[in-house]
Amino acid sequence: MSGRITSWTARHVQALLASSGRLSRAPLATGLTVLVMALALALPLGLLTLVQNVRTATGDFSGAVSLSVYLKQGVAVAKAEQLARAARARPDVARVELITADAALAQFRSTSGFGAALDALEENPLPHVLGIAPSAAASTPAAVEALRRFLTAWPEVETVQLDTEWVTRFNAILAILRRVLLVAACLLGAGVVAIVGNTIRLEIQNRRAEIEVTKLVGGTNAFVRRPFLYAGVLYGLIAGLLSWLIVSLALRALSGPAGELARAYGSRFELAGPTPRELLWLLLAGLALGWAGSWLAAARHLRSIEPSI
Amino acid sequence: MIRFEQVAKRYPNGREALSGLNLQIAAGEMVFLTGRSGAGKSTVLKLIALLERPTRGIVIVNGENTGQLPARRIPAFRRRVGVVFQDHRLLVDRPVFDNVALPLIVADSSLREIDKRVRAALDQVGLLGKERMLPLELSVGEQQRVGIARAIISRPPLLIADEPTGNLDPQLASEVLALFRRLNEVGVTIVVATHDLHLVRESGLREIQLDAGHIGGTGEALHLPSIEAQR
Repeated sequence: MSGRITSWTARHVQALLASSGRLSRAPLATGLTVLVMALALALPLGLLTLVQNVRTATGDFSGAVSLSVYLKQGVAVAKAEQLARAARARPDVARVELITADAALAQFRSTSGFGAALDALEENPLPHVLGIAPSAAASTPAAVEALRRFLTAWPEVETVQLDTEWVTRFNAILAILRRVLLVAACLLGAGVVAIVGNTIRLEIQNRRAEIEVTKLVGGTNAFVRRPFLYAGVLYGLIAGLLSWLIVSLALRALSGPAGELARAYGSRFELAGPTPRELLWLLLAGLALGWAGSWLAAARHLRSIEPSI
Repeated sequence: MIRFEQVAKRYPNGREALSGLNLQIAAGEMVFLTGRSGAGKSTVLKLIALLERPTRGIVIVNGENTGQLPARRIPAFRRRVGVVFQDHRLLVDRPVFDNVALPLIVADSSLREIDKRVRAALDQVGLLGKERMLPLELSVGEQQRVGIARAIISRPPLLIADEPTGNLDPQLASEVLALFRRLNEVGVTIVVATHDLHLVRESGLREIQLDAGHIGGTGEALHLPSIEAQR
């Protein structure tokens, strides 16, 4: 029994070695096939990396999220300045800017064009506003929320507004990108299956005589199929590795300009490549697609080859 | 060993190669299958090796009814029938050793077993020492003998040969025939399809003459008058 398992393993190792030997003996044809497959895998992988990086970047930019604290009508300027100092003293606050009601009205008058209408008002309808930027360490949603609750508790505060609208919109765009990624991955995955399938189909035609003789001397369909399945799996694995290399090189080319853009937004964000976990998934996907493509071709074409005298 | 009962074979193109053929070949027998081209010799061999199934009638080989054998059992069936071709069908990009070992490889034999039996089979056909050569480096007669070594390596109880001497000169042909007779002496049932009536006459073995898909009762007149179908 153990001898049987040993020879079974030996057969598989032999089929794997034979398949890899065959691929390496035709380096140009193998290289082209693998390159096309790798490009098809690199597109969704690149898109995935883009989405991940944009998500990290926006997470980082949430430090730029600011809180607008509207004080109640009739709070004195001196009191507003005192509150601004109190806020500034907190460790989770980076900057505080006080916009007094008078300053706000003056700005509104000059930019809105409602100057005459404003003149008709007896008193300034605008409140004092504190613009508060949380410190980088306190930029997590929970910390910002804690700060908001603390400020709301002040008796002089009417309301606290969190400027999160653009983050919401950005996340919606990201959701679309992720959907695009999914669609692209499905389409290009089907492309990889078709490429492997076609390559294996040609290989089967080239080895027709060998397949006939093998079946004649009692080779089972599984035995005849085995080297082609291994070839498909090898194509998939090598293409997976190559696509990872392509995306890594593309990231290296992009990291300079991306870093400058991030610095322009005052962020320390850096482009990140695929994680080891993503690399593992990529190789598994390449393996599965290569196997699927070769299996389809083998199932379709091997059955029709029967020996004859 | 082989029994055909009212066997008809019609190919998809409509050609009826056999019609109502009856024949019986006992275990341990060696027979020749003769007849003009198109008489159905190849079809009989294909039915024996289960490369084709009969359209009508019953074909029993090695105790199996080939018309009803499920597809998944065909490989095991074929391992018990050795086939020798006129054009030997060797894989020209593989050395002699790999060609001869193929039937054992597909049967998952151990490497030690394969090594031992390939040498034994090559010794039997007189080609020991040529394991690493490629088929095209050998003479035509040697190539044919490699084909025979491949057919007998899994020690099948039945060996069929289609025009095994068709490409050989008379001396090589009688060498191949002598090889078959040695195999027959150790118990292998052998069916040889051939045009070479001289060879048949020399051998003194039973001849099954096919004529348009039947056993040709009057076939002798069409060929050499001196040849008799024994039994």
